[in-house]
Formats: sequence, C-alpha cells, structure tokens
Amino acid sequence: MRPLTYSRASAVADAVHAVTVDPESAYLAGGTTEIDLLRQDVLTPGRLVDINDLPLTGIEETRGALVIGALARMSDVAAAPAVRTRYPLLAQALEAGASAQLRHMATMGGNLLQRVRCGYFRDTESPCNKRRPGSGCGALTGVNRGHAVLGTSEHCIATHPSDAAVALTALDARVHTRTTAGHGAYHIDDFFLLPGDTPHREHPLEHGELITSIEIPDTPTARNSTYLKVRDRASYEFALVSVAATLQLEQGRISGVRLALGGVATKPWRARRAERLLLGAGADRRAFAEAAREELADAAPTPMNAFKVELAQRAVVRALESLA
Amino acid sequence: MTTQKPTATRPTDTGPLPVRGPGPVPVTLTVNGAEHRVDIEPRVSLLSALRDSLLLTGAKRGCDQGTCGACTVHVEGRRVLACLTLAIACEGRPITTVEGLADGDELHPMQREFIACDAFQCGYCTPGQIMSAVALLDEGHASDDDEIREWMSGNLCRCATYPHITAAIRAVRDTTSDPS
Ligand SMILES: Cc1cc2nc3c(=O)[nH]c(=O)nc-3n(C[C@H](O)[C@H](O)[C@H](O)COP(=O)(O)OP(=O)(O)OC[C@H]3O[C@@H](n4cnc5c(N)ncnc54)[C@H](O)[C@@H]3O)c2cc1C
Ligand code: SF4
Ligand code: FES
Ligand code: FES
Repeated sequence: MRPLTYSRASAVADAVHAVTVDPESAYLAGGTTEIDLLRQDVLTPGRLVDINDLPLTGIEETRGALVIGALARMSDVAAAPAVRTRYPLLAQALEAGASAQLRHMATMGGNLLQRVRCGYFRDTESPCNKRRPGSGCGALTGVNRGHAVLGTSEHCIATHPSDAAVALTALDARVHTRTTAGHGAYHIDDFFLLPGDTPHREHPLEHGELITSIEIPDTPTARNSTYLKVRDRASYEFALVSVAATLQLEQGRISGVRLALGGVATKPWRARRAERLLLGAGADRRAFAEAAREELADAAPTPMNAFKVELAQRAVVRALESLA
Repeated sequence: MTTQKPTATRPTDTGPLPVRGPGPVPVTLTVNGAEHRVDIEPRVSLLSALRDSLLLTGAKRGCDQGTCGACTVHVEGRRVLACLTLAIACEGRPITTVEGLADGDELHPMQREFIACDAFQCGYCTPGQIMSAVALLDEGHASDDDEIREWMSGNLCRCATYPHITAAIRAVRDTTSDPS
C-alpha cells in the first residue's frame, strides 16, 4: 500500500477545506471501499482526511422527510425504527448488503460513492476507462456476466453495486452536500451519472464536496414495500438483479407504485416506464409481467449476461406479487 | 427535479488541519483495556498493528480485502474488519481482540462452546468467528439457525465447520438467556 498522510477532522468546514485545497486528498469514512482500493492501487490519494468524528450521524424525522446523516452507519440506519416502519425497502436493502461487520463500518455517504466491482476496474494491469480514461474497457469483450444490460455505453458496462442506492432511487431521495462555497442538493436521479463518453465521472460532486445527509421525502405508500435481491449465494454477495418496489392498491387497481432496479444497470435504475404502465392497471401477474417487459425492452446484453434480462423481469413480477 | 448546484451561503475561515505521516508517527491504541503506544505509518491497518506491532496474532489475515472475516475484532464494542480499518483511525476508540475475551484463566462462554461443539478444524477462521459470534448475541440476531447463519455470513470457514459454529452460538444463547 502506498504511503499516506492522515488528518482527522472534527468540524465539517475543516474537512471540506482540507480536501478541497489538496487535489491529492480524499475523505475516509468507513474505509470499506477506500482502504480496499488503496491497497489494490486503484485509488491513489496521498492524504486521507478522516471524517468519522464529524457530527453527521443523526437519523432525524423532520416535517415531510427523514434526514439521514452521511456518516450514519448502514447497520444503524437499517435498525432505526423510523426506517423500518416508514421505509421497509431501505431497511431490507441495507441488511441484504455486505456483512454485519461491514455494515457497522460503512456509512451512508460512502455507500453512495462506493466504486464498481468490475474485475478490470480493480486490476491495475487491465484497461479500464473508469480507472484510466481512454485506456479501453476490459469488460466489453471479457468476463462480463455480472455487468449491466441497461444504461451502458461502448466505453463502460459496469453495474452500480449499491443496494441502498436502489431503494433510495425508488424513494426520490435527495443528497445534500457542502463545499467551501456553500450547500448543494441533488435529486438522486441526477446524482448518479450514466457512463456515456465519460465513465470516470460517476457523480456530479466536485473534488472536496462533502455529502452531509440524505433526505427521504415522506412516502406513505412505502410502508408496503420490499427489496428483493437475487444473487449467486444466499448472503454476503452483490446483486445479480435486485428490485426495490412500493405498491398501493385501491379496489384492486394500482394507485401508487415505485420501482427501481439494481444489478442490471450502470446506475441505480428507476423503472419509470414500468411505473407508468402499472399506474391504474389491475394488480395481477399479467400487468406486472408486461410492465417488466417494457422496462427491459431496451436492454443491451452481452452473451454472458443475457440471462439478466429475463431474470430482472421475473424479479419485478415476484417483488410486486409479494406486495399485492 | 430539485437539484441545485452548490450556492454560496457563507465563506469558510478555518485553518489547516494537522497532517500526520507519511513516516511513522506515535499512535496510542487501547487494546483489551490496556494502552499501547506504537510508532506506525498512517497507512498501517489495525490488523497489521495488532499482529506485527503488538504481537496479538489472534486476529488473522485471510484476504486483506474485507471478504473473509478472519480479522474480525471489536471497536467501540462493535464487530468490524481490522484489515479495512486504519490503526491510526482507532485512536480514542477501544479495541477488543480474541485475546481479551477470557477472564484470566476462565474462557469466555463462546470460547468454551466452540471447544465443546468442535466448532473448528484448522482454526484459522476461529478467532474471527468467535469475535463475530460474541457480537452477534449482543446484537440480538440469533433467534433461530437461519438468522444465525445470515448474520454470521461475513465469516467464511474453508473447513466448513458452519453447523458446529451454529451449534456453539445456540448453546451460548440458550445458557445466557435462559431465565431459570
Ligand atoms: C466484501 C464486501 C462486500 C460488499 N457487499 C456489498 C453489498 O452487497 N451491497 C452494497 O450495497 N455494498 C456492498 N459493499 C460495499 C460497501 O457497502 C461500501 O464499501 C460502503 O458502503 C462504503 O462506505 P464507507 O463508509 O466504508 O466508505 P469509504 O470507503 O470510507 O469511502 C468511499 C468513497 O466515498 C468517499 N466518501 C465517503 N464519505 C463521503 C462523504 N460523506 N462525502 C463525500 N465523499 C465521501 C471516500 O473518499 C471514498 O472515495 C461491500 C463491500 C465489501 C468490502
Ligand atoms: S466496464 Fe467500466 S469499470 Fe469495467 S473495465 Fe469497462 S470501463 Fe472499466
Ligand atoms: S482479512 Fe479482513 S476480511 Fe479477510
Ligand atoms: S476451521 Fe479452518 S477455516 Fe474455519
């Protein structure tokens, strides 16, 4: 592992200032992405600014929203009564991710900014447009069974790995930030960028911009919600396909629905086409399957990951059936 | 959509933060109730500091990338992975390793049940399994075998002693929570 310098910040402004003025520096939260990738030489900061002492760990119910501090741990957020009752899909997504140890370490802000699990990204010997812009994409013609079928480009097909971000995408969350200049806020749809021609740009944050909190608007329909994760092992594995869903019925018809997909796209994928078809439809298997088919209509699979197109549709149907 | 790029609200006027390293710096770690001062580089993981500087070799280096659980220790009472934790980041945060579980010559109940249930073969994963299992009972996620397996899934065992590990955890759960 490369040599590093270290600073611990106890005030938000100090942390933001320290990282902003030093292009070689990065924030250290739970470290479960940062230290891992430093050791692989994938990330190469010269200085870490430890933000674990910042007062950003709260989980607060405010008027019209739940506000989760960027440094709240995945385990604490999943266990919070307000999250469990108001947003079961988020609690489930968090508990389906990583392991108990990692969830005690990993923070919500870090979770959004975790890096892709693409093997070529993690291997500094391989070409990868995300790690080294312009070097090519090892996955396009390589081992890409786990890669994305939606939102891909000819420059990158890596899947966004976060589970929690899929639930937050279904919930229209907003990401709040601080810079040396002031405050920012991003709707989650704008927070994750498609790879396009610039796969190294994964989010709109400037260097040094600190995530301070994640705001989830009140979503009464989310009380009837679920997170379904399909993977190669029963636990402690990233998703092949996942579905975050909320469903509300009135007299057998769908009066409210939110759908987001994980494991299949280059960003947490809000299934708006499916939502539009479902709204007002009957809550039956045929309607669910048709909406799922429509959402996956533009899928661009590789021979190795073509199974995801069917798997994702079945997962959507199963998730919705469990809520109907 | 409700996205706003950052807008100026007020200027910041803070001084620079102290920078430590990259060479060795004095770091104080509280491990199993005792304070230790070690001279280590900031890049040194908690796992390396425990094993190489403090010679506490209970926590094992299995993968060094957060995937196996062999390095599990407790920091501030919670189970974490020592391989993905920087030692310097643990200043002021008490650490417990498997060496700190026993009370003198008296083994911790989890250690006793691991022996009684034959819950290891090569033993490489065992300190991590035990630290994880102790935390699991504190967390209250051991109501049945399925729950135990799910919440112990971060600890891999190449010798596949899983059924015996589950049995050991069950035994400790049933002796410590039995009201009679
Ligand atoms: C073995 C393993 C299995 C995993 N399985 C899953 C899984 O199944 N599902 C899943 O969703 N995740 C999984 N993860 C990923 C894990 O959830 C993330 O690594 C974790 O959430 C990152 O959070 P952190 O606090 O550790 O971030 P760090 O590693 O500290 O930081 C990550 C990045 O974000 C930056 N950063 C951190 N906080 C902020 C902030 N507040 N503002 C601005 N920048 C910030 C850091 O500089 C760094 O670049 C797994 C990880 C491992 C190692
Ligand atoms: S899929 Fe993306 S992350 Fe993977 S090698 Fe290609 S460019 Fe890199
Ligand atoms: S050595 Fe830390 S998880 Fe494997
Ligand atoms: S006892 Fe050998 S790895 Fe678990």
